Amino acid sequence: MTARGAIGFRDLTLGYDRHPAVHHLDGTIASGSLTAVVGPNGAGKSTLLKGIVGALRPLAGHVDLGGLTVRDVAYLPQIADIDRSFPIPVYDLVAMGLWRRSGLFGGIGRRDHVRIDEAIAAVGMTGFEKRSIGTLSGGQMQRILFARLLLQDAPVILLDEPFTAIDTRTATDLLELVARWHAEKRTVVAVLHDIETVKRYFPETLLLARETVAWGPTGEALSPENMLAARRMVEAFDPRAHVCQSAA
Amino acid sequence: MIYDLVIAPFADFAFMRRALVGGVALSLGAGPIGVFLMLRRMSLTGDAMAHAILPGAAVGFLIAGLSLPAMTIGGLIAGMAVALLAGLVARVTALKEDAAMAAFYLLSLALGVTIVSMRGSNVDLLHVLFGTVLALDDAALYLIAAIGSITIVALALIYRPLVLECLDPGFLRSVSRSGGPVYLIFLMLVVLNLVGGFHALGTLLAVGVMMLPAAAARFWTDDITWMLVLSALGGMAATVMGLLASFHLGAPSGPAIILAAGGLYLVSLFAGPVGGLAAHLLPRRHLEA
Repeated sequence: MTARGAIGFRDLTLGYDRHPAVHHLDGTIASGSLTAVVGPNGAGKSTLLKGIVGALRPLAGHVDLGGLTVRDVAYLPQIADIDRSFPIPVYDLVAMGLWRRSGLFGGIGRRDHVRIDEAIAAVGMTGFEKRSIGTLSGGQMQRILFARLLLQDAPVILLDEPFTAIDTRTATDLLELVARWHAEKRTVVAVLHDIETVKRYFPETLLLARETVAWGPTGEALSPENMLAARRMVEAFDPRAHVCQSAA
Repeated sequence: MIYDLVIAPFADFAFMRRALVGGVALSLGAGPIGVFLMLRRMSLTGDAMAHAILPGAAVGFLIAGLSLPAMTIGGLIAGMAVALLAGLVARVTALKEDAAMAAFYLLSLALGVTIVSMRGSNVDLLHVLFGTVLALDDAALYLIAAIGSITIVALALIYRPLVLECLDPGFLRSVSRSGGPVYLIFLMLVVLNLVGGFHALGTLLAVGVMMLPAAAARFWTDDITWMLVLSALGGMAATVMGLLASFHLGAPSGPAIILAAGGLYLVSLFAGPVGGLAAHLLPRRHLEA
């Protein structure tokens, strides 16, 4: 049984067209932990997050959310499929973070408006409320999406390469939010490429290369030997691969 | 003078008043629906669905003659069937939704025209294709008003998920399962409004009062709320202008309404402050910050 807020992987295999992208993953992301998922391109990092939120059905095994449901998981995809040309102000996009509380019809009261304002202030975007989302830069958009995550108030938060193509200052500001979530005992999992960021901010690391290469305290997981092992992963699928016989 | 031009036609003639009420009620629902179709990049889907309604209405016509309920129910069934089949084919097979929709609506349209031509006269076909806005009876008016009311209430109820499904479908999936049902309800509203429009304007023109005001509204605001309001108002304005033009010039009324809506669109295209041609051709000097 997985503890509340923890994410357990039980012989989890995820993939596309029967080719595994995450292969026989076993282990648990502890409740309240701050974990970085690191690995070369094609290592199955994004796939793993999709598996956790149920956007991808496992080829084998399962994900154990320990008493929580998918609705308790806030997920920021790598390229959010947001229609940036949609005519809607920043304020309304952030307010959607309140969905879990207000649902389809629930009103947004004065206290909610205060919380929305606070979230926008927390990401340093005060003054942008009435701007149309189409006028934002990439970094500003990412700040706004973090404000929405703040409002979602979820016990588990998944971030897929949240700081790619973003300037250092924005990344630093947003990392402070991540640290705050960690202090609030939320479970945070982030896919990251920048090893320095991982070493500075993330206590736990899962080094993934389709299979687990190393998983544990960041310093140990990212040892030179492990990094080398991860880099040796063969990226391409073998079109003539046999059916996997390894024990379930 | 103004009275003669603008008020008298409606004051003196009941059929003009009926056409006015029908057009205004239709615009109320169809305008906002058009905005959502446009924002979802489904502008042409509306067109395809309008054609798809035809065989249903034709079968209704075969069974019961020029009967309002029969043609309405037939149209609803055919429109929903094509929309659902296209959606199903897109999900299950390799074909994308637009291609599936094109295939089904062409089939549907050909079937509809065949049925009407084999059993009815060309006059009947013209009636179905181009409507009779100047001959709306009580039942048709009630139907159009009811559809307008249902549309406004339903849109208010599904507004949040509908906006979100269009803006950020991934996020909606992560917080709610309402995406699928909401999309279905929306498709149903599209078909309903096209069926309402087809009594007044015919299947071909019904889309006009839906899409033209919506496209025009896009040039005036960057806020979806105002876009919805402007689109409905635009349809109403086009109804008034089109009816008056058809009255004074003796032009056919249905096409005149759509031409008026098209005029609004062209004016917006040139003069609209949000991404219109004027802003493109006559750039003003840039600001300090």
